[in-house]
Amino acid sequence: MAVSQRVYRQRIRSTQSLKKIFRAMELIAASRIAKARGRVTAATPYTAALTRAVSAVATHSDVSHPLTTERTDTNRVAVLVATADRGMAGAYSAGVLRAGERLIEDLRAEGKDVVLYAVGRRAVSYYAFRGREVAGSWTGGSDAPTYEVATEIADTLLDAFGAPVEAGGVAELHVVYTQFVSMVSQVPRVIRMLPLEVVEGVAPAEGTRAQPLYEFEPSPEAVLDAMLPQYIRSRIYTCLLQAAASELAARQRAMQTATDNAEELIRTYTRQANQARQAEITQEISEIVSGADALAS
Amino acid sequence: MAHLDVDVVAADRTIWSGEARMVSAPSVEGDVGILPGHTPMLAVLRPGTVRITPASGGEVVRATVEAGFLSVDGDRVTVVTDSAPTGDRAATPAGTGPAGH
Repeated sequence: MAVSQRVYRQRIRSTQSLKKIFRAMELIAASRIAKARGRVTAATPYTAALTRAVSAVATHSDVSHPLTTERTDTNRVAVLVATADRGMAGAYSAGVLRAGERLIEDLRAEGKDVVLYAVGRRAVSYYAFRGREVAGSWTGGSDAPTYEVATEIADTLLDAFGAPVEAGGVAELHVVYTQFVSMVSQVPRVIRMLPLEVVEGVAPAEGTRAQPLYEFEPSPEAVLDAMLPQYIRSRIYTCLLQAAASELAARQRAMQTATDNAEELIRTYTRQANQARQAEITQEISEIVSGADALAS
Repeated sequence: MAHLDVDVVAADRTIWSGEARMVSAPSVEGDVGILPGHTPMLAVLRPGTVRITPASGGEVVRATVEAGFLSVDGDRVTVVTDSAPTGDRAATPAGTGPAGH
C-alpha cells in the first residue's frame, strides 16, 4: 500500500502553514517597497542639485581635486558590495555577489589588489565562509538604509582613498549594487565611484551668450572640498536606496512564486490523499467480501 | 517682476520649494542675500538659518542648516544641506496659533 492518508494530511497541513508564512512575507515586502520607492524619489532633488553644482564647478573652473585625480602610487582598489541582510529574496544577493566576483577577477587580472567592503549580512557571511578578508562591513537595515549609514560608509571609503600607501590607501573605489529598473527588473551593476570622472554636463554655448561667470565663495577649491565628499555620500546613499528597493522587489517576487508553489503542492497532496483514502476503502470492501465468501462456502 | 525659484533640499527629502522674493543664507564668509538677477554663485554654508521671503507675501520661512552649500544660477536658487535639519518652517504653523490644538 502507498503512504497512508495520515501522512498526506500531515504534509498538507505543514505546506499550508508554510504558505501562510510566504504569503505574509510577500505582503510585507509589497508594503515596504512603496516606502522604499518613496525614499528614492525623495532623495532625487538632492542628488540632482549636487550633480548640477558639481558639473557647474567642473565647467567654470579648472581646479583639480584629490578626489578627481588618478592615484598611481598604489595598486590597491576598494570594492563595496551591497547585498541583503536576509535571504528569501530569490537570486538577489547571489546576483550581486556574482557580479562582484566577476569584477574582482577582472581587477586581479589587471594586477590590482582588491580590498573588500561589504554591506548586508549575506555578503559578510559569503566572504567569511570563503575565508576572505573584509576590510569593513555594515549590517542591519539593508531594506531601509538611512543617510547616517550611507555617510558612515562614504566617510570610511573616502578616508581609505585619501590615506597614504603605508596606511592602506586605495587607488580606486568600485561599487557593486542592484539597480532598480522596475518592479520586474533589477539589474546588478558595477560603477567606478572614485576617482570621479567629471563629465562636463554643460556644453559651452558659442558666441551668442557669454558664459556666466560663477562666483565661488570662498574659493573654487573650498567649494569643491565641501561639495565632492557630499556628492560621494549622496551617490552611495542612492546606490543603497536602489539596492533596498531591488531587494524588496526581488523578495516579493520570490515569495509570490513560493506561495504559488505551495498551493500547487497542496493540490497534489490532496489528490494523493484522496487516492490513498479510496484505496483503503476498496481494500476494506474486498476484505469484507472475501471474508463473507469464506464463511458462506 | 522676476522671482527666484527656490529649493531647499536635504539628503532624504525636500524641505521647502517654491517662489521667493529674497533668500538670505549664512555663507562661510558672512551672510549673503540673494535677489532676482543675482550673478551665478556657489557658496559653502556655515551652520545657521536660511531665511526665505516667499513671493506670495506671507511670513518669512526659516530653515536651519548644518553644513551644505548654496547655488544660484539664473534665478534658480538651490540650498543643499547635508544633515537633515531639525529646523522647520516655524513661521507658518506658529502664525495660525490659536486655532491649533
